[in-house]
Amino acid sequence: MSIITLPLPSSAGLVLTPKALGIAALLVVAYGVVPFVGSSYVFEALLLPFLALSLAGVGLNILTGYAGQVSLGSAAFMAVGAFAAYNFNLRVEDLPLIVSLVLAGLSAAAVGIVFGLPSLRLRGFYLAVSTLAAQFFVQWVLTKFSWFSNNSASGVIDAPPLTIAGLSFEGPVGRYLFALAIVTVLTFLAHRLVTSQTGSNLIAVRDNETAARIIGVPVLKTKLLAFAVSSFIIGVAGALWAFAYLRTVEPAGFNLDRSFQILFIVIIGGLATIRGAFLGAGLIVVFPLVLSRAGAFVFGDIFDSGVLDMTQRIVLGALIIAFLILEPDGLSALLDRLRHRFAAVFGRA
Amino acid sequence: MSLMSKIKIAALAAGISLSALAVTAPQVLADEQHFPLQSYRVGPYAAGGTGFFGGFIDYLNLINTRDGGVNGVKLTWSEAETQYEVERGVEAYERLKSHPGIAAWNPLSVGIAYAMIDRITADKVPLITINHGRTDSTDGRVFPYVFPLLLNPYSETSGIVNYIASKEGGLEKLKGKKIVVLYHGSPYGKETIPIYELLAQKYGFTLQQIEVPHPGNEQQSQWLTIRRAKPDYVVLRGWGVMNPVALKTAAKTGFPVDHIIGNVWSNSEEDVIPAGDAAKGYTAITTQASGAEYPVVKEIVKTLYDQGKGNLEDKKRIGSVYHNLGIVNGILNVEAIRIAQAKFGKRTLTGDEVRWGFEHLQLDPARVEALGAKDLFHSINVTWDNHEGNGYVTFQQWDGKKWNVVSDWIAPDWALLRPIIEKSSEAYAAEKGIKIRTAADAEGAVN
Amino acid sequence: MAGFDGLFFTEVLVGGLLSGVMYSLVAIGFVLIYKTSGVLNFSQGALLLFAALTFVSLVERGVPFALAFLVTFAIMVVIGIAIERTVLRPLTNKPPITLFMATLGLSYIIEGAAQLLWGTQVHALDLGIEDVPYDIAGVFISQFDVFAALTAAAMVGLLSAFFRYTRIGLGFRAVADDQLAALAVGLKLPWIWASVWAAAGLIALVAGLLWGARLGVQFSLSLVVLKALPVLVLGGFDSILGAILGGLLIGASEKLAEVYLGDYFGGGIESWFAYVVALAFLLIRPSGLFGQKLVERV
Repeated sequence: MSIITLPLPSSAGLVLTPKALGIAALLVVAYGVVPFVGSSYVFEALLLPFLALSLAGVGLNILTGYAGQVSLGSAAFMAVGAFAAYNFNLRVEDLPLIVSLVLAGLSAAAVGIVFGLPSLRLRGFYLAVSTLAAQFFVQWVLTKFSWFSNNSASGVIDAPPLTIAGLSFEGPVGRYLFALAIVTVLTFLAHRLVTSQTGSNLIAVRDNETAARIIGVPVLKTKLLAFAVSSFIIGVAGALWAFAYLRTVEPAGFNLDRSFQILFIVIIGGLATIRGAFLGAGLIVVFPLVLSRAGAFVFGDIFDSGVLDMTQRIVLGALIIAFLILEPDGLSALLDRLRHRFAAVFGRA
Repeated sequence: MSLMSKIKIAALAAGISLSALAVTAPQVLADEQHFPLQSYRVGPYAAGGTGFFGGFIDYLNLINTRDGGVNGVKLTWSEAETQYEVERGVEAYERLKSHPGIAAWNPLSVGIAYAMIDRITADKVPLITINHGRTDSTDGRVFPYVFPLLLNPYSETSGIVNYIASKEGGLEKLKGKKIVVLYHGSPYGKETIPIYELLAQKYGFTLQQIEVPHPGNEQQSQWLTIRRAKPDYVVLRGWGVMNPVALKTAAKTGFPVDHIIGNVWSNSEEDVIPAGDAAKGYTAITTQASGAEYPVVKEIVKTLYDQGKGNLEDKKRIGSVYHNLGIVNGILNVEAIRIAQAKFGKRTLTGDEVRWGFEHLQLDPARVEALGAKDLFHSINVTWDNHEGNGYVTFQQWDGKKWNVVSDWIAPDWALLRPIIEKSSEAYAAEKGIKIRTAADAEGAVN
Repeated sequence: MAGFDGLFFTEVLVGGLLSGVMYSLVAIGFVLIYKTSGVLNFSQGALLLFAALTFVSLVERGVPFALAFLVTFAIMVVIGIAIERTVLRPLTNKPPITLFMATLGLSYIIEGAAQLLWGTQVHALDLGIEDVPYDIAGVFISQFDVFAALTAAAMVGLLSAFFRYTRIGLGFRAVADDQLAALAVGLKLPWIWASVWAAAGLIALVAGLLWGARLGVQFSLSLVVLKALPVLVLGGFDSILGAILGGLLIGASEKLAEVYLGDYFGGGIESWFAYVVALAFLLIRPSGLFGQKLVERV
């Protein structure tokens, strides 16, 4: 039994299903409506972190959900992506921003392959804990060698202006569209990957390595490929986190808590589903805010903010556990169930 | 409103839509000046956060209760918890920034401050990073809205070296001495490395800088290395749990604690209490003396705590290092408003007008005494291009129960540091395409 | 660097070994739970914080040392059993990663509760052991570390005796070997689980006190689990002996590396060196020092 056990995903063909229409509608809203109605708070505090974390979730899901390799080092790959993008942009003159981002992804992929090597021998928690090596080593390197932060005295660097082909993406809306475009493209590519033969190979490796080997899946290559692709996407997500969301890049922002957060997103959203990453990220970004708002509104004049925040921490932990118990397959499965019920009620099934 | 009905309303509000999250600002009735506080009362640094924000709020409250505000303008504040996390700080910024009449932001977190620099510059509201923050933001020509008041990391370094010199009997006595700097393995910890090197060269002392990996709960090897190096002094540039562990491990390896000098983030009660007896005799730098004997602190006790209106939960913490830092921070903010009011009128000021106030924040020792803060802090002299304001430092020694001041007010070597700061800020200006301000640019303010 | 200093080397080595014991102590708490429930209980750090904070708060309120210890121990046992009942049991047969995430959620709850109950202040914890070094032939050895090592040894002895000679202990070993078979022969799993959680609670308490005396009792106390994880990888998640030897090995090698190799890397390598040691070792023996060979069992 592997560390992760899942049913096979239902294979959906690329026909114009209601699902595809739904996605199209979502995209229309995301590109066509949201930029005009959202406030700067919605972009800066909700949508930008949501997009960056969703993308990181998509990346980790390829590794953990599809290929069954648990990683606790996602934040390290985000850091590699952020710092690589910064340095490519800074040191290679006239390099288009998009190329910097791609190179950043490739750098993260390279680092991912190196730290993926133990997966060839280790499984389960042994592998999970060994990915912590990436977490600590990368942070150490980025802090230690100030070249990475352009010898800035404080080690914190500012993101460059976001401009692509003369088009400026400054301001909350601009940065939102920038992030959204990148997330859309990479998510689409990730979807193509997991529905291809390679995707089946990943799942085969996850479910039964020996069997996979027997039916001719190149197990070692597939595992490393999973690490590479996943780290690429997470690396770009890191660059988005730094460039589009926080506008500042510091190693401490990519700590172990961030890695856990991304793992939460994947698990709560639903393993081995692309949309799960988005659902999970939505929950992880929005839920604590709702909780803190509701808490402050209801109890604000009774307890001080310290007590409220501690209580929120407890409630958040309890909800995560409750969720894992009640809906172990994640939000994605919950959504499916709701849709079936809905469809049954309206007789469209 | 009853609790149940509040819960119902909250559930309703949460259910309506996400846009409900965007705060609707309460309207301003009378003249008031607002302080949005990105506080941290939870998480690993909660002890510092409750002290600092407690002191800050206490002082604002004192001004409201005792004086009815600043020239009749009420001071208000709202708090958002950040747990010292950058994203939460940004969220809080976006949530609170729409409040009218914001005077200044005071996050007391380097990470959050960094993420805010672009935003507050665009919004034209001052960002106060008392005792910390980006060193080169001292240069007001490049950073019009950022104020690392009283002490930046470079001045701190120079202040510590000057103190060691004074203990040894003069700067020339530093020649041939050996100093070890034990620093936290983070950008913050590494920031002063070149300055220590510069000073070592200038004064001819031997220097060894040793890193302690974050979080610093194991320092056996570092202190054994120190024991082998046999330095005359160890400077502790620590952070959080690293500080008590350093003191304990020093005792364990037999290094005399009274030859350890702490920096500004290693100088609080929280840093020494966990170390117990091992901390007795430890000395640390500070810009504000601790203790409750200063008139302003006494008034806070009388006006607020005796009426049950103080912000600190534990009255024993009144006059602690972070609490007094918060009070001093309150004084500086309030005085900046008062100075700006003298120019622009006794009404709610815009952020840019408050910026002007900070750029003329000149409190000499006589004014500091009038404010009831004599010996609490020395003086400050902020100008349009010097946003630190030449704060003096002093040193206090831990006796196992409380801190006692053991030095005069010491001046860092600002003239030596200024060219280094300018070099860095000019590079930043070039990288970001910022036009360097002149005195004339700083004179007016956007209404 | 001057000539090789044997005395200094010994001092670093001994200091490292003694630190290693402290890592082992935390690691053993993980091992106990892992052996019975198959879960990497990440909330161990939070439990440790909770125990130390409860104990120190009781002592500060004037409760005598021994009584505070017993009360805290009782609380830890109750918490342990509650965790087992409400979190782990409903998640039986779920993939290990789900269980792991649940323990992460659990650590939020415990950390939040600890600070809600006892506040966020830092506390000093004085166990009454003076921390002046012994001078043995020119080698300084920390008195406190020796005391901690002896305590850890006593704990391990106690646990071994418990699992060897008591019925519940035997049951524990049966469950660890094969849960289904243990059920089939009629062992009462709830009792065994409860006693294992009680033991883990005791370890959290002892480790919390020893680490708390070293670091002060404060939030960062929960971070010591990060020091225990490479020990677990090296020693095997399911071996108490492995946790002990792994701790010694990690403690000694990371200190020696920091002192002797640190200069070449610019220092501060301790944060990741332990993981590299553990990884290098695992590449040779994928199940750790003493871990079960069947890693697939995970």
